[in-house]
Amino acid sequence: MIVPFGHIFLLAGLIFSMGLVCLVAHRNLIMTLVGVEVMMNGAAIAFVAAALRWQLMEGQVFMLFILAVAAAEVSVGLALVVSAYQRTGSIDPDHYDILKW
Amino acid sequence: MTLHAAIFYLLATVILTATSLAITRRQPVHAVLYLIVAFLGAAALFFLLGAPLLAAFVLIVYAGAIMVLFLFVIMLFKRSPGELGLLSEWGPATLLGVVFLAVAVAMILKDPGSQIVLRGAVAQPRDFGRFLFERYWLAIEIVSLLLLVALVAVIQVSRRRGAGGDETETSPPLPKVGERGFLSKEGHP
Repeated sequence: MIVPFGHIFLLAGLIFSMGLVCLVAHRNLIMTLVGVEVMMNGAAIAFVAAALRWQLMEGQVFMLFILAVAAAEVSVGLALVVSAYQRTGSIDPDHYDILKW
Repeated sequence: MTLHAAIFYLLATVILTATSLAITRRQPVHAVLYLIVAFLGAAALFFLLGAPLLAAFVLIVYAGAIMVLFLFVIMLFKRSPGELGLLSEWGPATLLGVVFLAVAVAMILKDPGSQIVLRGAVAQPRDFGRFLFERYWLAIEIVSLLLLVALVAVIQVSRRRGAGGDETETSPPLPKVGERGFLSKEGHP
């Protein structure tokens, strides 16, 4: 394997910043959750690359925990989005203005 | 450039292309489908980086379960919520991402350790499982507790909406039912 360690980290940073832009720039709540998923994917790539660089298995263990946290976060987040959609009829966060008066 | 390096750069191109296509779509269905491609590339990358068990997990959990959950939830909406555009502040948001990326690239390029060429090593699933359950069994239990809490939260969120909707819908007609009962009770004798 002849890939320098920095290249994998550059890939992870690119993916993470793409997820960050998707998280902040979109108006759709589902696209926001997609952005969080992309960010977690970038973090997982960084963890596995670090596990290979230091020859320690802890990085892969943390990748497993990231996987579980992502699954929990997505299920709760999507349930909240569906609940908010059925209350207000929109998934645009600008329309959630019940508390505004 | 060896075969492994060529595979890595090819996979990186696929992942970056699919992710950039996914985050620019307006339709969430298209974004999720492109994201599946990105996760397949990430699984292949994990296999290349010596984590075959994690590659299988990414395939099963990310590309299999989570993305299907996204697709089903998108199908729950009555009309396609695709006409929602970007926020009006998408310019500063993109600038934020670019600044973050620039700082990260500067840090990575400055670090002398980033020039280290990785040597291949494979964590066999058997060794990985033994390591996981010998040293991190408590963390595994905590993660299972987290998943249980998430399950309870999802059930509660989806149940409270249905029960609350029923209550608010049936509570106004309740006097009518009482009146009708009272009238029928009076009419019977």
